[in-house]
Amino acid sequence: MKLSGAEILLECLKKEGVKHIFGYPGGVVLNIFDQLHDEKELKLILTRHEQGAVHAADGYARATGKAGVALVTSGPGATNTVTGIATAAMDSIPLVVFSGQVPTLLIGNDAFQEADIVGITRPCTKYNFLVKDVGDLAQIIKEAFYIATTGRPGPVLIDLPKDVTTAKTDFVWPESIKMRSYNPTYEGNKWMISQAAHAIAKAKKPVIVAGGGVIISGASKELKELAEHAKLPVAMTLMGLGAFPGSHKLSLGMPGMHGTYYANKSIQESDLLIAIGMRFDDRVTGKVSAFAPHAKIIHIDIDPTSIRKNVRVDIPIVGDVKRVLTTLNKVLKGEVKEQWKEVRKAWLKQIDDFKAERPLTYDRDTDIIKPQFVIEKINELTKGDAIITTEVGQNQMWTAQFYKFDKPRTFLSSGGLGTMGYGLPAAIGAQLAFPNKLVIDIAGDGSIQMNIQELATAVINRFPVKVAILNNRFLGMVRQWQELFFKERYSHTRLDESVPDFVKIAEAYNAVGLRAVKRSEVEPVLKEAFKIKRPVLMDFVIDWKEKVYPMVPAGAAIDEMLFLEEVKKSGKKLKAVK
Amino acid sequence: MRHTISVLVENKFGVLSRVSGLFSGRGYNIESLSVGETIDPQISIMTIVTSGDDWVIEQIDKQLNKLIDVIKVVDMKELDHVEREMVLIKVAPRAEDKAEVLRIAEIFRGRIVDSSQKTYTIEVTGDEKKIAAIVDILKPMGIKEFVRTGKIAIAREGLKKY
Repeated sequence: MKLSGAEILLECLKKEGVKHIFGYPGGVVLNIFDQLHDEKELKLILTRHEQGAVHAADGYARATGKAGVALVTSGPGATNTVTGIATAAMDSIPLVVFSGQVPTLLIGNDAFQEADIVGITRPCTKYNFLVKDVGDLAQIIKEAFYIATTGRPGPVLIDLPKDVTTAKTDFVWPESIKMRSYNPTYEGNKWMISQAAHAIAKAKKPVIVAGGGVIISGASKELKELAEHAKLPVAMTLMGLGAFPGSHKLSLGMPGMHGTYYANKSIQESDLLIAIGMRFDDRVTGKVSAFAPHAKIIHIDIDPTSIRKNVRVDIPIVGDVKRVLTTLNKVLKGEVKEQWKEVRKAWLKQIDDFKAERPLTYDRDTDIIKPQFVIEKINELTKGDAIITTEVGQNQMWTAQFYKFDKPRTFLSSGGLGTMGYGLPAAIGAQLAFPNKLVIDIAGDGSIQMNIQELATAVINRFPVKVAILNNRFLGMVRQWQELFFKERYSHTRLDESVPDFVKIAEAYNAVGLRAVKRSEVEPVLKEAFKIKRPVLMDFVIDWKEKVYPMVPAGAAIDEMLFLEEVKKSGKKLKAVK
Repeated sequence: MRHTISVLVENKFGVLSRVSGLFSGRGYNIESLSVGETIDPQISIMTIVTSGDDWVIEQIDKQLNKLIDVIKVVDMKELDHVEREMVLIKVAPRAEDKAEVLRIAEIFRGRIVDSSQKTYTIEVTGDEKKIAAIVDILKPMGIKEFVRTGKIAIAREGLKKY
């Protein structure tokens, strides 16, 4: 039987096991949306902006590990997806984005709502396709999901000209796939892994730095086994939070610019750094030439380009983290006989001293709400059992520092691109995947306004997402830099009375709005919000002066940290390090 | 350090822009690039001349390999190989230099592929040094136009097929 391109598209999605699509209709995708009208197995969630659709698909993907799917129209619909696609690309998130395109014959004519989206997204997708013939459609969709979800995952875009969606052909689903030019390496080199095992045995001061790759690969169990067996302390990058239990004794929390003292200190003192599924982002390394100066570096990553891109590596292992760690654990338990407890005693003691020396802290004796207090309370009330999304800025860093993520896929945040406006739509995507879980977006008053329209999506679909706005009436992170490095010249970061009344906004969207202005009101507001089975926007009016500490100034080594106490004491003006 | 890199790619539209976009997006330098179909019409070969230190070249090699449409990347530095480039040089010599131009062309085994009352167009094929040498000699006689294909390269024992 012959099917139209639109019908083939939906059939292919079903074959791929897709249940939900996030999208927004428009002229050239009308045929597809018409097909969706009677569709039973596939549900389209209408967002209020295409960027929201892609972030929601991204949140869905991060929470489940499956590819997220979005469908938008041509021109502005397609260009609105770019930020979402770039966000997913930077954090290696599998997405398949379908964009409508003007009919094949009009391509290149500057037709109405035409944009060269394949050209525009080429550098921010893992791969993209323009479908020119309906006969290729099924094969392309199969390849798109394959590319998006294998190797180092990433977003794939498929551009669908209108005539391709109406043209008919026999539907043939390719059951298997093989691409001669795309063969990711999954198995790590055995010899290198054994070198790594011996380096771990020999090391006096080893540290693991785990990244998002551990979560993507589903290797949390193997990582825990490795850390506990060989008594290795574990720092987690922003993307790696949850890869290893944050409340574990061996956890060092997050390293880097706003990392913990003890994570940064341990890395700088270490003689062996075991980097797993992370890519040495500049926010993690600080000044590269001064990073982990005494350490031999083992780097495990599925993407060869991540290795030796930013730092020198002594033992490179290209492969899937889960498989490499499984082998590594085997070698450590078989070939290497060590009395780990004895061997590590001194080092772990030193790390405990680092932890005692400078724990994460903030001023706890105030009536004014400290943002860290809100996060600690959320952590306490949810017992860590929630999916947390964030926006970008201070809200994101405070969350990373003060919420203890114990499980993978519970912290969804735009790490690489740093996209404000990510949190709310991502929370919607995660809530759709896990209807019974508590999903909370921890936001700022600036970033929530970047995709606040998605409240409508949450309300109409009865997604009971919670948004906790840490409202300081500033673009706080930029303000923090201005205070510290630009003589308190708050150029365009003061939002003040332009900040809307979030409670009223919530009500206008038919959601619930709550507010806390005193420390004592925080817990009641949170408790009430968590009870309500509807979307709730919580407005926490916080201390606008609060900053994220510790802080490594841009360009400094990661142990050149600024601390709350010291900045307070010295009161001196700091200069940005170039 | 200058490197000549051969890249076997799927012969599809957009591949050239993926490769050139990779170089511009990551700030790598392209000195020359030439593309053509191989014997298998589904595969094209690109010869890219680029420069950079070992770190940069390693990244270029890895980044090229990472592109979905790239089948194989070979850095010719690692192989015994032959490099060639073809140039077309249009010279407008003074009357007294005309014979000299023809002689030079012959010495360099160039061919006169076009001539007019005032000009000769010479086709020369060779490696970098040879091209540079003939350009050097012809320059004082008045090079009017100069077009080059970009370098192509082949490994001596033949590139292993992917």
